[in-house]
Amino acid sequence: MKRFDPLLPIIGVVGLIVIWSFAVWGQVVDPVLLPSPTKTFWALWKGMNGGALGFDFLKTVQRTAISILIAAAIALPLGIVLGSSERLYRSVEFVIDFFRSTPASAMFPLFLVLFGVGDKTKISVAAFGAMLVILFNVAYGVMNARKTRLLAAKVMGASRLRVLTDVMLLESLPQTFIGLRNGVSLALVIIVVAEMFIGSTDGLGHRVFEAQQLFEMPDMYAAIFAAGALGYGFNLLFLLVERRFVHWSGK
Amino acid sequence: MLETPAGPPGGTPAPERAHVTIRGLSKRFNNVVIYDKFDFDIPRGTLISVFGPNGCGKSTLINMIAGLIPVDEGEILFDGKKLSEIKFGYVFQNYREALFPWLRAIDNIEYPLKVMQVPNVERRARSEKLIANLGVKIDLKRYPYEMSGGQQQLVSIMRALIVEPEILFLDEPFSALDYEMTLFMREQLQRVFQETGTTTVLVSHDLEEAVYLADRVLLLSRHPALVADYVRYDDARPRTDATLSEPEFIRVKAHCLDVFQREVRKG
Repeated sequence: MKRFDPLLPIIGVVGLIVIWSFAVWGQVVDPVLLPSPTKTFWALWKGMNGGALGFDFLKTVQRTAISILIAAAIALPLGIVLGSSERLYRSVEFVIDFFRSTPASAMFPLFLVLFGVGDKTKISVAAFGAMLVILFNVAYGVMNARKTRLLAAKVMGASRLRVLTDVMLLESLPQTFIGLRNGVSLALVIIVVAEMFIGSTDGLGHRVFEAQQLFEMPDMYAAIFAAGALGYGFNLLFLLVERRFVHWSGK
Repeated sequence: MLETPAGPPGGTPAPERAHVTIRGLSKRFNNVVIYDKFDFDIPRGTLISVFGPNGCGKSTLINMIAGLIPVDEGEILFDGKKLSEIKFGYVFQNYREALFPWLRAIDNIEYPLKVMQVPNVERRARSEKLIANLGVKIDLKRYPYEMSGGQQQLVSIMRALIVEPEILFLDEPFSALDYEMTLFMREQLQRVFQETGTTTVLVSHDLEEAVYLADRVLLLSRHPALVADYVRYDDARPRTDATLSEPEFIRVKAHCLDVFQREVRKG
């Protein structure tokens, strides 16, 4: 039976669709609120193939990607610098932890004032939130570099700079990827929320919200699934990149 | 405190030229005096095992000699030179954390040469020579995490040897290995020592291993560490399993155990 093991994850998916179908067929829920799986997937298919959903999907991808790039560009070098000096990190740790714990959505009004209504605000709030998550993980990755490994490099005569580039940086990579994955999840959450409200005309958040306003339930579910697929896809992408470049992670 | 004469139980030692001279070494951790004005000479081309009660400062001694931890006071010279002027190798107990998992075994071995900015071609030539000298047959294209513990520690030892060190330090190198692998690695280390004649300092927590591999066993007292005894073991190399049951080996080991027990009881 072991050879069927790779198919195990499908059971959950099939189960969900079966339950969903029964709920619709048995009219457990108001049919207006819960369209059938076929209707929903048809809406998803139509929307993604030349429909508005596809356009909104790409918009959200674009915003999330830009925000994560900005976040990484700031957090990676800064995290390395902070992590390579424990005393430096301790001195800013509270500030980082405080803002990391602050719901990024609470920052919207402030960023609206700074950047106005538009992409700049959405992207910068998402970048801000993701940046702190990545920063924290990179710094910890660098700080928690195995002492023995650093000593080993040192006894082999490696300079401080060499220890940083040859050992600390690579040591921090597994933790850095954890930061990137968490960061991209957070960025997507913030982008989608931002697209729902503040003067948005496109994006997945806008699509979900608009479909709900117009009571086009299949479209709304389709947009939710598209957002789910996007989040899952981002996570998977980072996992694959990690597995390729950080082959020693967890070993 | 007791300071037995540095000599074997019976027989006079031939004069040996000191390779490492330790003078007036003092070290304390949180007000516990580990070393207090400790003097010692390590003769050239010998393998010295360091053995003593737990926490007496065996590892601390080689870590100070190898510059991993600073000394509070005192001077350690290598043929009159400072540590920074010589080439040395150090093998950690924890090979898993001492090797670089992002580098293939062969690149781990060559890494010290890279630090020394030796050109690529020469690096390869020197590692090939080392592999041939040691008769290593394992696949070094693999990553450390793809290898057994013994293979990883062998890679660590090769990484320490690639610079052709004047002195080699090993801090309980086999204590994380299973018995079968430990026996194999003892032979590897013996072979390395026979091939290269490098002055070697081995910290061991296994008395049998300490005596079996050593020319001299340095027995330390409880801290502040003093030389409890400095025992000579001259049996010819290569030593084999048969060595373990020879009267001289048994006698030296029994003597070391006596000294050790005496020191333990003092604590």
